[in-house]
Amino acid sequence: MFGPIFIKPLTSRNNKTGSWRITQRPKFLQKNCIACKMCFLICPEGCIEGEEKNTYHCDYDYCKGCGNCAEVCPKQDIVMVKES
Amino acid sequence: MQRKVLFAPGHTACAGCGQAIAARLVIETAGSNTIVANNTGCLEVFSSRYPESSWGVPWIHSLFENAAAVASGIELALKYLGKKENINIIAQAGDGGTADIGFQALSGMFERGHDCLAICYDNEAYMNTGVQRSGLTPFGSETTTTPAGRFSFGNPTYKKPIPEIALAHGIVYVATASIGFPQDLQRKVKKALSLKGPKYIQIHVPCPLGWRHEPSLTYRIAKLAVETGLYPLFEYENGTLTSVRKITPKPVEEYLKLQGRFKHIIGNLEEIKKIQLIADNNIKRYNLLAES
Amino acid sequence: MKKFLEGSQAVAEVVSLCKPGVIAAYPITPQTHIPEELSRMVAEGILSSQFVNVESEHSAASVVLGSTASGVRSYTASSSQGILLMSEVLFNIAGLRLPVVLTCANRAVSGPINIWNDQQDSISLRDSGWIQFYVENIQETVDFHIIAYRIAEDRRVMLPVMVCMDGYILTHGLEPVDMPTQEKIDKFLPPYKPLYKLDPENPLTLGFLGDSDYYTETRFAIQKTHQELLNLIPKIMLEFKNTFGRDYKDGLVERYYIEDAERVIVAMGSICGTIKEAVDDLRKKGKKVGLLKIITFRPFPSEQIYKALKDVAKVAVIDRAVSLGSLAPLYSEIRALFFGKKQAPKQISSFIAGLGGRDVTLDSIKGIFKKLSLNKEIKEEFLDLKPELLQEEL
Repeated sequence: MFGPIFIKPLTSRNNKTGSWRITQRPKFLQKNCIACKMCFLICPEGCIEGEEKNTYHCDYDYCKGCGNCAEVCPKQDIVMVKES
Repeated sequence: MQRKVLFAPGHTACAGCGQAIAARLVIETAGSNTIVANNTGCLEVFSSRYPESSWGVPWIHSLFENAAAVASGIELALKYLGKKENINIIAQAGDGGTADIGFQALSGMFERGHDCLAICYDNEAYMNTGVQRSGLTPFGSETTTTPAGRFSFGNPTYKKPIPEIALAHGIVYVATASIGFPQDLQRKVKKALSLKGPKYIQIHVPCPLGWRHEPSLTYRIAKLAVETGLYPLFEYENGTLTSVRKITPKPVEEYLKLQGRFKHIIGNLEEIKKIQLIADNNIKRYNLLAES
Repeated sequence: MKKFLEGSQAVAEVVSLCKPGVIAAYPITPQTHIPEELSRMVAEGILSSQFVNVESEHSAASVVLGSTASGVRSYTASSSQGILLMSEVLFNIAGLRLPVVLTCANRAVSGPINIWNDQQDSISLRDSGWIQFYVENIQETVDFHIIAYRIAEDRRVMLPVMVCMDGYILTHGLEPVDMPTQEKIDKFLPPYKPLYKLDPENPLTLGFLGDSDYYTETRFAIQKTHQELLNLIPKIMLEFKNTFGRDYKDGLVERYYIEDAERVIVAMGSICGTIKEAVDDLRKKGKKVGLLKIITFRPFPSEQIYKALKDVAKVAVIDRAVSLGSLAPLYSEIRALFFGKKQAPKQISSFIAGLGGRDVTLDSIKGIFKKLSLNKEIKEEFLDLKPELLQEEL
């Protein structure tokens, strides 16, 4: 007879915070990317991935549209576009 | 390079949350052989709401002020089991949980010499309860308990020097870091965890809600805090200053004007001068000036 | 083999035989002899625990929270202000379902500051979710520490246990004690096998945020476990009897000359020794008096108390604590359990006694029995009150 006493790891994935985006979303142009990883490092959701140049992208299921990736990109290769 | 996710998306931090950025960088640098004790605060709330957790490592939250003591207990248990050598222990808290209510437990952990890393996510007020002043709220900042008014220019006191106080305990490693310099932050976490004994890292993490800035400016504001000299990045190993981030100082106004919490000061030269003096003193004290 | 031991020394010895991996301590009178003795055992290699001197009781409780959550049997002890400083952590330990065992050296609560015995400290924590045992003498103190670990760590329970022993009277008193052998304790108390723990191999999240959709169920689960404990404790006591030879019956209450009694005192802790002496004296004179000793206060054994007292005409409840602004704590619960019952004592009187170390003498106890023979229920009496002290103006 127990109440819930622990949570299994990494289960927050069930919560799709992409629905939080209201006005804008990042667009990864994948043209001038130098794979500096800054967008990956700075994303508060940890929902940006990529390896080589011009492969970085984000998971819109979780992206809240904060825009720090576009702000941090030294090549302006990420731009914020209107949420469709 | 296969990245091991240890802080999963789907957490409920505000868009642009600086603490979420730092928490992920810390845990993914520390790696999966890590146990975390977390004080009460935003991070605990937005990452552990039943039935969903963002954590990919063993993680425990007990109370607002006791993570350092809980971590001490975890360390003793692992020692008893003969398992301490391979496992990192992190005790983490916000600025209130570190500098105010959790300070006694933290000091006890330092003094007893537990092999734990204490992390302070410094967003400079009690954000989880609605932006009240803490011991790490900077001078002049408006919070909900240090409002600007006819007789007030916001918070009348200066940041409590927790890194220096930690240092005075004679612990092996003390550093400040910022999400404005993520690689530097990762390097410091790695360095700290390579040393045996108590460690302290204080990380500057802007809070869009509490600081009243655009969520997209979290990174830029964190960087400006360092570049103005208001948040010096330094590193002490065994009591010796081993590194500082050199800067070509920008005027503090560039940092202040992006944030609603300093709105009442913008245009008031006398008050800005007082804040510039804090930066100037930091620059002198830590020798931050880059050689031109 | 009997040894002549101070209560605190006996506690330290039995705790060491239970082999906790982590012991955290912060000193407070009259608990100090317990951690002192344990630290000596560790220093001399008699005990291989991690012993840590922390900077407050709050951290002592937090350390054992962390170590128990890591899967290691742990121990701490406190008293009075110390246990109240711990209180926030104690609620949390129960909420996290961690089987910590704590000794409370019962002492009065400030102010005025008073280092002597009553039970205000642990009684104030009755709602924390902890199981509470109140022991009468040093032998019981020893035995109930073994029982405490066994019950706390039972997978059907997973709740912390507080063994409440009267400060000075038991912590500093000396009695002959039958200290159980390591072999017997090992047989009765297997090594702790946690249900869940902090482990990188299985990275669980403990101490989560439980909002209005989930919080109620966590409370209900603890409540239900306490109710089930009323059936489980007697079973474990039977096992205890079979292993160690001492019989605490159901382990919930002790009935002393209750069967034909017309007047019964209900009490907890060391005062029961004095009451038994009074009962013995009065029985010799043919008076039908008795004692109902409450051993387990949490969970509260209402059914057992009901059965013991339903045919008793006159009952007096002695509290060594006050619920300032209301009825005495034990008294109010005993009154409540008779509400709406056809069979019930005609009178249930309340006596508040032995506060802040005031001696409760044999004569005072006999005086209570005498008052019970009058046909008047006493709603509240502070035993041996000194009215002259109340005359002074502020």
